[in-house]
Amino acid sequence: MKILEAMEKFDPIIGLETHVELSTNSKMFCGCSTEFGAEPNTQVCPTCLGLPGSLPVPNKTAIESTFRIGLALNCQITEFSRFSRKNYFYPDMPKDFQTSQYDEPFCVNGYLDVLVPTDEGDKTFRVEIERVHLEEDTGKLTHSGGVTGRIHGADYSLVDYNRAGIALVEIVTKPVLGTGKYAGIVARAYVTELRDLLRSLAVSDVRMEEGSLRCDVNLSLHPKGASEWGKRTETKNVNSLRSVEKAVNSEIERQADVLTEGGKVTQETRHFHEDSGTSSSGRSKEEAEDYRYFPEPDLVPVIATSAWVNELKTDLPQAPSVERKRLAQEWGFSDEEMRDVVSMGATDLIAQTVAAGATAQAARKWWLGELARKATEAEKDLSSLGIEPKHISELEQLVVEGKLTDKLARQVLDGLINKEGTPSEIVQKRNLVVMSDDSSLLPAIRAAIEANPEVVAKVKTGKLQALGPILGAVMKETQGKADAGKVRSLVLKELAVEG
Amino acid sequence: MSKITPEALKHLAKLARLELTEAELAMYATQLEIILDSVDKIREVAAGDVKPMSHAVGLTNVFREDVIRPSLDRAEVLSQAPATEANRFRVPRILNED
Amino acid sequence: MSEDLTTFSAQQLAAKIKNKDVTASEVTQAHFDRIEKLDKKIESFLYLDKAAALEQAKRVDKKVAKNETLSPLAGVPLALKDVMTQRGVPTTCGSKILENWRPPYDSTVVKRLKENDVIILGKVNMDEFAMGSSTENSAYQKTKNPWDLSRIPGGSSGGSSAAVASFFAPLAIGTDTGGSIRQPAAVCGIVGTKPTYGTVSRYGLIAFASSLDQAGPITRSVMDAALLNEVIAGYDPLDSTSINQSTASLVAAANTKDLKGMKIGVIKELGGEGWQEGVVANFNQSIETLKQLGAEVVEISLPHSLYALAVYYLIAPSEASSNLARFDGMRYGLRVGDNGEKDVEAVMNLTRAQGFGPEVKRRIILGTYALSTGYYDAYYGQAQKVRGLIAEDFKAAFEKVDVLVSPTSPTTAWKLGERVDNPLAMYLADLATLPPSLAGVPAISVPIGLAKEDQMPVGLQIIAPAMQDHKNYQVASAIEAAQGGLLIDQIKDLASLV
Ligand SMILES: [Mg+2]
Ligand SMILES: [Zn+2]
Repeated sequence: MKILEAMEKFDPIIGLETHVELSTNSKMFCGCSTEFGAEPNTQVCPTCLGLPGSLPVPNKTAIESTFRIGLALNCQITEFSRFSRKNYFYPDMPKDFQTSQYDEPFCVNGYLDVLVPTDEGDKTFRVEIERVHLEEDTGKLTHSGGVTGRIHGADYSLVDYNRAGIALVEIVTKPVLGTGKYAGIVARAYVTELRDLLRSLAVSDVRMEEGSLRCDVNLSLHPKGASEWGKRTETKNVNSLRSVEKAVNSEIERQADVLTEGGKVTQETRHFHEDSGTSSSGRSKEEAEDYRYFPEPDLVPVIATSAWVNELKTDLPQAPSVERKRLAQEWGFSDEEMRDVVSMGATDLIAQTVAAGATAQAARKWWLGELARKATEAEKDLSSLGIEPKHISELEQLVVEGKLTDKLARQVLDGLINKEGTPSEIVQKRNLVVMSDDSSLLPAIRAAIEANPEVVAKVKTGKLQALGPILGAVMKETQGKADAGKVRSLVLKELAVEG
Repeated sequence: MSKITPEALKHLAKLARLELTEAELAMYATQLEIILDSVDKIREVAAGDVKPMSHAVGLTNVFREDVIRPSLDRAEVLSQAPATEANRFRVPRILNED
Repeated sequence: MSEDLTTFSAQQLAAKIKNKDVTASEVTQAHFDRIEKLDKKIESFLYLDKAAALEQAKRVDKKVAKNETLSPLAGVPLALKDVMTQRGVPTTCGSKILENWRPPYDSTVVKRLKENDVIILGKVNMDEFAMGSSTENSAYQKTKNPWDLSRIPGGSSGGSSAAVASFFAPLAIGTDTGGSIRQPAAVCGIVGTKPTYGTVSRYGLIAFASSLDQAGPITRSVMDAALLNEVIAGYDPLDSTSINQSTASLVAAANTKDLKGMKIGVIKELGGEGWQEGVVANFNQSIETLKQLGAEVVEISLPHSLYALAVYYLIAPSEASSNLARFDGMRYGLRVGDNGEKDVEAVMNLTRAQGFGPEVKRRIILGTYALSTGYYDAYYGQAQKVRGLIAEDFKAAFEKVDVLVSPTSPTTAWKLGERVDNPLAMYLADLATLPPSLAGVPAISVPIGLAKEDQMPVGLQIIAPAMQDHKNYQVASAIEAAQGGLLIDQIKDLASLV
């Protein structure tokens, strides 16, 4: 069932659990480095490997970052809180329990407002925050044999514990009601806004493509007007902004189908597949683990004194919404333009492009134009294309200087996505030099004139707008390298027509 | 309260990742019942608003500064593993996603 | 006994080495010789680290030759309970699941021992994962009590107590979760201390029950215990529960022999009916001695101590069920059943089924139960509350007296095999040692003679307020001195070993 049809019959309730890897120097409970991309199992010690006898000591910066996130999300900071053990067996978890928080999390009861375009204009949705707590990340599994990379059908798995023990903040929303058909957009806007907020706090890299920001989506449907909520599913591993929206919408459609056909939604975890945009069934409620939480005896309680909390409050950065207003003004963007920038998650990319020397309008043109198209094609977020803003600035400069045509510039973008180097290097490597001298252009021009006698006839009667096919043929012959203005004037000159 | 059925015991063994034989299940069922009977008497203690004591020390706010310390030598770590491959720990196939 | 180097106390040996009467190498070699000759019958050592120990002794001798400042226990041999990690040295915790595991790091206790030039002879036996009171739960061997080879050496630090009582080493490290230092020391007729929780780092101590585990000395004399306690205690930033504050000098306290002005409380609930006759008799006699030494003795009630056993057997197994989860055959130690077909869950199940012994499994299941949904509040949660009440009892008692006393254990060492099939009977051995463990306060066991009926050693437990460990040493050394000579010197079975 399509989403709009589904929304005529049902109301959705969404909930989001977001995991954020903090960008502290060292891990949560030991001194190992958190640097991304190191050789496997080189950033491990007795503590993060869970060796017998090892003990945890909490990273103060990680705790303060969690408090700051809570404060920025308008939460209450819990005065007396503790770490607890969440017990379950899994090979990527060295101690077979996760040091996390249970009934005494660091921050509770906050909210985050998000702006979403609706049929009745832009509307603010308030997403309430249930809790913000601190825990540790697990190691990284790779699966061998079977369908490459998939856990199912694999012959065995390999574990790299470099990531194990990195500080991980979990942000859990309360159930969000009343979003209707905008559920997916609200979910996406929330994660986007949260990402911008975390970035402004400088507590995390928030790179969804590297896994430093990950989302689980809870969703249930109930018949319109019903007071009782439906059974909910939890879709895990939603690892891009577009996937957040996709996961919500596809789960709405799936549940609507089940319910419409008279079936029952199973309370279960589901696993999202980034490649196909679909989810598959995981563990059901009946098989759910009993986590046997209890206060971590190796760690002592944390007391958040008001002096400490107030000190952290004083150096919180401006809220992203305030910062965005300032930027829109500085860049000369209209409200609509700015809203699109935000919803594409491009604020930071544009800011960095501008910082590298481009004009704001040019930066917006590239990121929301050609690059947005490429991201959509690749089913990725803009930030996941792997393009550095300073390269877009350089590219724009080459176009301004006439060293690249628009068409060539698009080829440079392909080169950037393929990581072929800087724009100048790509121009060289791919030989994307603009052809503008007469001698190199004339053979192609003459061939095109010869091949299009009827066009020539029209043009000679003064219909200059009929030139298209000739110009097109020249561009094709020169693989888009020809300077379009120059070609035009040369054609007219050849035909002895006044331009 | 302290009746442990064979099914409940099997469930506990599964949670604890212990493969128990029938003989072990029978033995533990009996022994656990005796032990639980003996520990059951703590439930008679009136401790309504007593604060649970989870630590023997009254410490709070013990932290470390966010400073990198040397990690272990990988070869030494992997030398103790039952199986390795490509500098990673090799583990049997995983059927259930976490 | 002959003037064998193994007969001296740690304090005496350190002095002899310092004065160049003997070398640390000679002392170390003498202990290895004795172990090699006699440990076949005691079975206390699991691993002898001979080359490294002699190497270490040589380094001490060089320091002596160069007249460098020496630590108070430099060159003195020690037996290490196999629960402590030592880099590159097999550390099994008495379990098959860790057979052949060589940790890549030193525990803080080992680090401090090395820094203080104490010679670590090797690893000694213990109940698997420190669960037990007889050392019969070791997966490797049954250690005997040197007073009577048909009896248990106590547990879980039975390898430590047997080794020290057999004169294989003047010093041993034990660990105590509910009595595992004090009870083996008591039944072997020697001294054992459980320091204040948080004063000795737990970093590298393979956890049984994190909120209770504490390492401490097992020695033949009170002074040796004080010396070793001072070496291993101290703040450790690697342990979040480590106390950054020092106690009064323990060695100085062990030198004070009088008890004038001291008020001592006899715990009403610990002793009397059901307790072995000779244990009670010796205890009553020691009370008289305390009075003669100038102490005022009163009776004190710790009403909630009756619940200590129940509280302990919920809290300790609960923490253990979580602490022992990591032994899953993935990163180190035993792996069973990995044939390329079985999945990870099956391999974990088989590994743990084969790697753990019955007592460990029993406690893991008990702990899993106590923490599971629906039972947490009734069991673990309630146990923590009653633990709080027990701690309150102690606090109230220490407002009236300086220290508390009780027999260390209800009985003397029992016969090997006698309680193996009866876990609850085994647990009763810890009746008196559990309450101070739960409260986190320090306690010491000091010998108070042989029980009339079986000629086996009896121990007196002395308990002080947290961070006042010195008071235990003061009372223990006074009692020791009043008895005129160490009880262990009366050991007869040792002669028959040779
Ligand atoms: Mg979590
Ligand atoms: Zn580490």
